[in-house]
Amino acid sequence: MALIEHLTALTSVLTLADLDAVLLSRIQFALTIMFHYLFPPLTIGLGVIMVGLEGMYLKTKDPAWERACKFWTKLFALTFALGVATGIVMEFQFGTNWETYSRFVGDVFGSALAAEAIFAFFLESGFLAVLVFGWDRVGPKMHFFSTLMVALGSSFSAVWIVVANSWQQTPTGHHVVSRELNEGAVFQRAEITDFWQLVFNPSSIDRLTHVYIGALILGSFFVMSISAWYILKRRHDKFARYSFKMALVIGTVFSILAAVQGHQQGQAVTETQPAKLAAFESYWNEGDGNNGILLFGIPNNKEERTDFAVYLPIENSMNWLVAGSTDAEVLPLKDFLPEERPNVFLTFMSFRIMIALGTLFIFVTLLTCFFWWRGSLFEKRWLMWVWVFMVLGAYAGNQLGWCAAEFGRQPYIVYPMYADPGETTDREGVIDRRGVDEGEAGEIVPAGTLVTEEMQRVRLEPGLRTKDSASRVLKGPDVLASTIMFGLIYSLLLALYLFVMNSKIQTGPDEPAGEADEAGGEGFLRIASERAGEEGRMTGNDPERPESDDINEGGAR
Amino acid sequence: MIEWLPTIWFLLLGVLLIGYAILDGFDLGVGIMHLTAKSDRERRVYMNAIGPLWDGNEVWLVTFGGALFAAFPDAYATVFSGFYLALMLVLLCLILRAVSLEFRSKTKSALWRRVWDWGFFGSSFGAALLFGVAVGNSLVGMPIQADGGFGDLGAFDMLFYQLSQPFGYLVGLMTVVMFAMHGTIYLYLKTEGETRERLVPWMWRTYFAFIAMFLLTNVWTFAFVDQAFNNFRDHWWLAIVPILAFLAILNISRAIKKGNAPVAFVSSCCTIAAFCFMYFAALFPNLVVSTIDVSAVAPAAFEAGDRSFNLTIENAASSSDTLRNMFIIACMGLPFVFAYSAVIYWTFWGKVQLGEHSY
Repeated sequence: MALIEHLTALTSVLTLADLDAVLLSRIQFALTIMFHYLFPPLTIGLGVIMVGLEGMYLKTKDPAWERACKFWTKLFALTFALGVATGIVMEFQFGTNWETYSRFVGDVFGSALAAEAIFAFFLESGFLAVLVFGWDRVGPKMHFFSTLMVALGSSFSAVWIVVANSWQQTPTGHHVVSRELNEGAVFQRAEITDFWQLVFNPSSIDRLTHVYIGALILGSFFVMSISAWYILKRRHDKFARYSFKMALVIGTVFSILAAVQGHQQGQAVTETQPAKLAAFESYWNEGDGNNGILLFGIPNNKEERTDFAVYLPIENSMNWLVAGSTDAEVLPLKDFLPEERPNVFLTFMSFRIMIALGTLFIFVTLLTCFFWWRGSLFEKRWLMWVWVFMVLGAYAGNQLGWCAAEFGRQPYIVYPMYADPGETTDREGVIDRRGVDEGEAGEIVPAGTLVTEEMQRVRLEPGLRTKDSASRVLKGPDVLASTIMFGLIYSLLLALYLFVMNSKIQTGPDEPAGEADEAGGEGFLRIASERAGEEGRMTGNDPERPESDDINEGGAR
Repeated sequence: MIEWLPTIWFLLLGVLLIGYAILDGFDLGVGIMHLTAKSDRERRVYMNAIGPLWDGNEVWLVTFGGALFAAFPDAYATVFSGFYLALMLVLLCLILRAVSLEFRSKTKSALWRRVWDWGFFGSSFGAALLFGVAVGNSLVGMPIQADGGFGDLGAFDMLFYQLSQPFGYLVGLMTVVMFAMHGTIYLYLKTEGETRERLVPWMWRTYFAFIAMFLLTNVWTFAFVDQAFNNFRDHWWLAIVPILAFLAILNISRAIKKGNAPVAFVSSCCTIAAFCFMYFAALFPNLVVSTIDVSAVAPAAFEAGDRSFNLTIENAASSSDTLRNMFIIACMGLPFVFAYSAVIYWTFWGKVQLGEHSY
């Protein structure tokens, strides 16, 4: 008997029921969305590049463009398929794991999701069939049209989902109402009052622009990575140089735009989500480092301060950076109750690493442009090696940007709606100030927004806290099981994706007739052409010399 | 107009379900029949018969899910959380299917291809079965409480509840054989030569398996799921749909006998459409049926007039503003969807040809 008691005691220590279903659901959502987001930004970026390449082919009829387009199409199609497969998971998870959230946002979020499916998903998946399988079935113009539709569709699909997410950050165009599902079962939910206000909520345009910029940086860095690899390996030389240069232009422009636009977006966050901004800057107390810009530091959530802080010793430079002027007011974290603040360490770190990566992108793209201008770009092998791996930075930048946005929105899944008090005097029952009780909170969705006197803001509509929005039916073990399942299958998926992408990249684009697919002699021919290419390069100083390509092809013949 | 909006969205969901069942039905069916192919070449022909189309067909499911979320958020929230573990399995199947199709032909290794052949079959079979189980269960009902939740029941309890319903299995297996038949007919339409000849006996086998399951399910429904017939009793004209379904089923055998693939395929499409219609007709105006006895659990609510905790098109609907906005979106978007879907299907009309861009 004693043994059984011991065993019971032991199992009760290890019981799975202690696992927090909400935390696990958050981890599962983070895992699945981050995995999903490896693919869509690449398809958006590559889509634009493919339209450019195929447009050039239609204009010049030079088969080199067509070969380039066909090559990127292969990589695009695989990426797209994984984006679809992992995207269905996202749509299901709103309901499976975030039941209360779905009830709260369905009325608002649903229209955006439906619009996305009808306007974007059908468009891209339909025409993708023609793009991938239709080379021999439709004319070149129809094929170009299909490529254009796929690029348009994948860009559209970003519109609606980013609009919906932006509404969660800065909600407008709705009001929160209580409704009765059955006698005595009352829910709160957000109902639409103005569709266009919802679509053009204060952050949607900024954030959508930033998503596109991120996608174009990723697309162009991806093309440059593979091109640089070919240049280093002296293969597909002409193709690689053309692709590299085209992508470099796009990459440089959008790296600089990311900084300019990101700065502007940061100032908007100061207005709309002050707690998030304070976490971005790890700004705990008024007067921290004389409000200088924090150059380096590690936020300490427990002690509520920044460790190892190094500030730019210019008074109020932080206010100038985030709010546009040195005397603008920026709310420090301690103006918010602890339960109203996001996790400062995670928010700050993801935001700062993204900024560091963005700065690195500007530096490296400009340096590369400099060598291009000097005419020695493709001789700088170290730079080519940098470019091979730079794409990882672009992936990280895209992921971390979203991490910062989503960590910073916590503890809310739908942020409370703020406005200046002047605008709200005619609204009843929604004004909520510090110290005032939380008012009429719903049974399911307690509103709980701290609003300080100093902020001079009032809450218009309550938000929805993340901890209140998960499915009630879920217990820890359920979510643990599904999270493990996703973990395993996504690891497998990633391995397969990398394996197949690698083999496609190793195969490379089709070579001009005569060089292609001569199974027996291929190895020999490639070596011969590489040798010839190398000699061509050794004798000439000018890396732009077109002759090296001729020699390359000549060597094969 | 306003008071009709929930009904219109119920009908639109029906249209989306019919679109999904017909289109992804043959995709899943091809997957279910995949292992009957004799050679590697034949398997590639099977896969490439749906190659350019399966992706777009799955969008119908995404749209169905999105429309349910948008138009009836409470039904979406209750059903998706209540079917948690079953839906995780559906997701597993859908991912595995996409992966099998995408990766199978990427290397020449026989073992590699064998693994993905089984993956393609298993995931297609599993997805079809689970969809059928979900349809069956939604007719029988779930233990939905007043607040749209399931009280103390956890996700594992819900899974056991769903797995303990024989009707769910029946509808699930019927869906599997129906899609298998639909997929075989589709392959018959898309292939030629010896491959095509070998499909004829398979068409008969799946056809008779379907008839058997169809009869069994019907008998079971008459005996144990009486509520499914309420609407048919009240509106006798609805009986025209089962009659049309019956004629369509008979027409399939006539067309197979004649070797007329297009007619067989259209008849099979009509059969599936009729089944979806009957499912929706049986549900209306409910979206999900609750098995909770209100008078026993909540006498106060019963006194106040709540006879059931069913989620209906009224209590689960979004606001009429949203339903109207989305109706406008659907009216603008759907004609385009139909138009270019037609263009794309027309582009890939004809027999499967294996080429350099094939799977």
